[in-house]
Order: sequence, then C-alpha cells, then structure tokens
Amino acid sequence: MNERTWIAENEGVDVPSLASIAARADSKTEYGFGEQPVFSVRDLNVHYGKNIALKGVTMDIRPRRITAIIGPSGCGKSTLIRCFNRMNELIPGARVDGEILYHGENIYAPGVDPVVVRRHIGMVFQRPNPFPKSIYDNIAFGAKINGYKGDMDELVERSLRRAALWDEVKTQLKKSALDLSGGQQQRLCIARAIAVEPDVILMDEPASALDPIATVRIEDLMQELKQDYSIVIVTHNMQQAARVSDETAFLYTEVDEATSARWGILVEFGETGQIFTRPRDKRTEDYVSGRFG
Amino acid sequence: MSTELDSGTPTGAASGDPNGSWAGGRVAAGVSLKDCRPQRRRLWRNRRNTALVLLAVGLTMIPVVMILYQITAKGIATMDWEFLTSSMPFSFRREGGGFLNGLVGTAIMVGLASLFSIPLGVLAAVYLVEYGKKNWLAKLIRFFSDVMTGVPSVFVGLFVYTALVIQFGFGALMGAISLAIIMMPIIVRSTEEMLKLVPNELKDASYALGAAKWQTIVRVILPSAAPGITTGVMLAVARAAGETAPLILTALGSYQLTAKLWGAPISSLTLAIFDGARNPFAAGQARAWAGALELLIIVLVFTVVARVVASRSRISR
Repeated sequence: MNERTWIAENEGVDVPSLASIAARADSKTEYGFGEQPVFSVRDLNVHYGKNIALKGVTMDIRPRRITAIIGPSGCGKSTLIRCFNRMNELIPGARVDGEILYHGENIYAPGVDPVVVRRHIGMVFQRPNPFPKSIYDNIAFGAKINGYKGDMDELVERSLRRAALWDEVKTQLKKSALDLSGGQQQRLCIARAIAVEPDVILMDEPASALDPIATVRIEDLMQELKQDYSIVIVTHNMQQAARVSDETAFLYTEVDEATSARWGILVEFGETGQIFTRPRDKRTEDYVSGRFG
Repeated sequence: MSTELDSGTPTGAASGDPNGSWAGGRVAAGVSLKDCRPQRRRLWRNRRNTALVLLAVGLTMIPVVMILYQITAKGIATMDWEFLTSSMPFSFRREGGGFLNGLVGTAIMVGLASLFSIPLGVLAAVYLVEYGKKNWLAKLIRFFSDVMTGVPSVFVGLFVYTALVIQFGFGALMGAISLAIIMMPIIVRSTEEMLKLVPNELKDASYALGAAKWQTIVRVILPSAAPGITTGVMLAVARAAGETAPLILTALGSYQLTAKLWGAPISSLTLAIFDGARNPFAAGQARAWAGALELLIIVLVFTVVARVVASRSRISR
C-alpha cells in the first residue's frame, strides 16, 4: 500500500485516481488531455486586518512542473504561496477570499479542514527549520502524526535518499538535526516534507539563507523532484527562477497614491522563457532586465 | 591646551601631564598612537567604578555565604544517620532523634502540590500562549497570576484555613493545597515565558506537515520548551519546600511520623525547624540546625539535578 493511499484512507479525502483525472480531462483545458491544473487560483484577495495584501490573483499551476513566483520585496509572493496550503490562517487577522481549486476542489470551501489540506500540500520555508530532534525523528514526525503504520526505517531512508541527503547522514541518524549545516538542514526539511508523500511542495525562498553551493544542490534536487511532485517556489533571485522553473509568475506592488496603501497584483504569468525573453508587460520587462526592483 | 571633556570639576586633571590631552580626534602627523596617553582622570574613574561594582558583588555575597556557613557549621554536628532516619523525641530537651517526620511530611505535601499545580500551571500557560493570546480571559489570568505571586504566603494559608481546614481539619492535603496555590502562578508565568520563546518557524514546520494544533503543542512546542519549563517548575518546587507560614495554618505540624493524607496534622521540615528554633533547649535547637542543613541540601540537589536533566534533554547544540 503506498503512502498516498494510506493518507487518503485515513482522511477520507478524495485523492483523484487516474480514472477521475481522465474523466475531468474531457472538460476543456488549456494544456490538453490529462493535464488538469493542480491549482486553479480564481480572483484571490488576501487581507491582513484592514489592509489588502494581494488583489485579484488568477492563475493555473500545472502538475509536475516548477512554477516560480518572482517580484520585488513586499509584493505578496510569500503571502500568495502561503495561501496554497492555508498557512496564512495562522497569522492573526489574515483573511482570504476568492477560490483556490486543488484538483478542482476549493480548499477554502466551508468544511475543508486546513490540516487535511496541508497533508497533501507540503511546504519548505525560507530559513531551514528542523525540529530540535534527531535527524530520524525529524523525518518520522510527519508520518507519525499521520498514523503511518509501515516500516518507519524504510520511510526515513527513502525520504533522505530522495532529498539527496542519505549518504551524508546515514551513519548519524540519531544525531541532532541542528548539528547539520544550513544546506543539509534545508535538504532535511525537504526530506521531511516528502516523507508524508505530498502532492505539491511549496518552497518559500528555500535557498535564500544558503551559500551558492548549497543553493545549487537544492536546485538540482528540485529538478529531480519535479518528476513526482508539483513544485511552487517563491524566489527573489531572478537567475534562480530562470534556471529552475518551467513557468514564472511576476508579482508587483501597486500603490494607491491617495492613501499610500500598497498591495500585490499578478502582472504576468507564463512560460519562464517567455517571461524572461519576451515579456508582454512593460513592468515585467523592466523588472527582469533589472531596471528596478 | 588640553580639552576637558568631563563636565565634572576640572581639579588639576588637565595640568601636569604633558601628554594628558584628549586622545580623540585626528592624531597630528608624526605622532604615534603610543604617545597619546589615556587621560588620568578617565583611568581613575574606570578603576573606581570597577572597584565599586566588585564591592557590590562582595556585599551581596556576604549574607549568602554566611547563611550557608552558619547552617553547615551548626547543622553538621547533629547531622547523622540517626537524624535522617528517626523522628522527633517528644521533648525538645531530649537529645537524639531526627526530622524523619518532617522529611516525610515535606515530601508528601510538596509532591502532592506538584501533582496539582504542575499540570494545571503548564496547561494554563499553553492556553495563554497558544489559545488565549490577548483576549480578556488571558489578560485576566495573567493579571491574577502576577497578583498571586506577590501575595504573602500566610494569606494563602489563611484562605485554605477558613475555606477547608475549619471544616475538614488539619492535614497533608490541606498543606498541599496551599502549597499548590503558591506554586501555580510561578509555574504559569515562567512556563508562559518559555513557550513564547519557541520560534514560530518550528510551529510553521509542524503545521505544514499536517499536524493538528494539539499535535503541534504536544510534540513540538512543549518538548522544545521543556528545559525552560523544568527550570521554572524547579523554582516553584524549591519555593514550596521552603514555605512555613501557610503550613502552620494547614498542616499544623506533628511530632509523630505519619503518612496520612488527611484527618491528622502532619509535620514538615520547615515546621520542625520553626518549632526547634523557637524553643529554649539546646537539643531542640541543634536539631533545627541540622534540619535546616537537610532542607538546604535537598533544595540544592533538586535544583542541580533538574539543571542537569534539562541540559541533557536539550538536543540542540
């Protein structure tokens, strides 16, 4: 029994089978047969208290691709990515309206438990944040809380191998995760995220706290992982977006001159090559060519 | 001309020393830094302030050292195996015997009080940090915790006396309840501070893996804060072990060794010390000194053990 099934059985959540995906593919899609978007964001607005942070975002995220979200500081990149697994709700006063359809199902619909959403949509954060436990326990954590009954040793090894960390840590699994280097910690966090076999991995500037060599390793790892997972990555590093991603979304800050309120909007979204070489919007062109930002 | 920077009285500081001028600013060409002597006045002030600080440290240490010395010197004479393993004789005049009754009483009452107050206190702190945050109930709990830490412990004893002892009589349970009331606010406030220190990133990591709130609290937040919580709890236990006033009104004290939880007065180390110290007979007073030494050692050992356990359990670094 694979992990996807045990999560589905434990939670009673509909994880789309091949048949259901094929059935849905009859409906008109942009991408052709069998490729329903993982996420369809529809007119998403995010507020923090009285302030609006993100306005009117609409985009589709394709499966088994790396989608990069770029834009200047404060434009709502992190806000947007945290909407995909309902992490924004942990911030007091945050409010989301609009829809995010995950395989056609609105994750913000009443009755959807954010805990269930997060079991399907994993996340890796800007700063490596391993638990102050052993390497082994870090990986096993997600499986344990989800009631995994299988062979834990095997799961830990498989996840660490998947995150290209196994060879470095296989002799010291009982050691504290905090003794690892920053880059190793971040790969541990990726291993921890894939140990619960999510469908999507969200990465919020995963390499911004790492040195160039560790960054390259993370980027290589992402290329590996996209064969099995859909990946959304926020990055302020345009070269990184250009290197790793298949699609790129450019967010930009709009300012209301009268009230000096600021919010993020989605300016342009498309194939990474097109965004960086033939941007349709003037603001995108200025940003990717380094004229501001 | 030298530049006088200090606003204080310029009593000759500027005169005499040819190199006594201010060493700041740009050094003239050809002048080595070695030629710029620090101003004498500043050197003098520096030494004087260092001396004052050291003096203050020394003065604060005097009572601590004297207490430790007195208790050890006077207690060690009576401290022997018999003292540790037998109870008080029925007369203060008689020599021999010990404070086993008090030791057992303290163990029972502090143990029971910990049993009541630690889970409640820690859970209350979890409520304050993870659920209540800044709502009115959380503010109310915080306010009353602060008030309770400041309440003289004899009032707690009086409260338990009027509320419970009058009806049910003296006993270990009554003593434990009063000690628990004293321990609770200390535990709540110290645990709250420790829980607040748990980084949000750790909570985010747990939530992002699909952990429910209680799973995050039990498996991530509490273990991360455990060393700090232990320290706070140990402070509270030490405080309770040293309480006398509330026990006079709730446990009353007894010459006999008893392990009854209610219905019978029970002794404690502090009560036995109190009784021994205020009687006029040398034998009783000697036992009180030994009892004080015993209590001191217990509190010390407890604190050290807790520190060691706490630092062991901390997996970080």
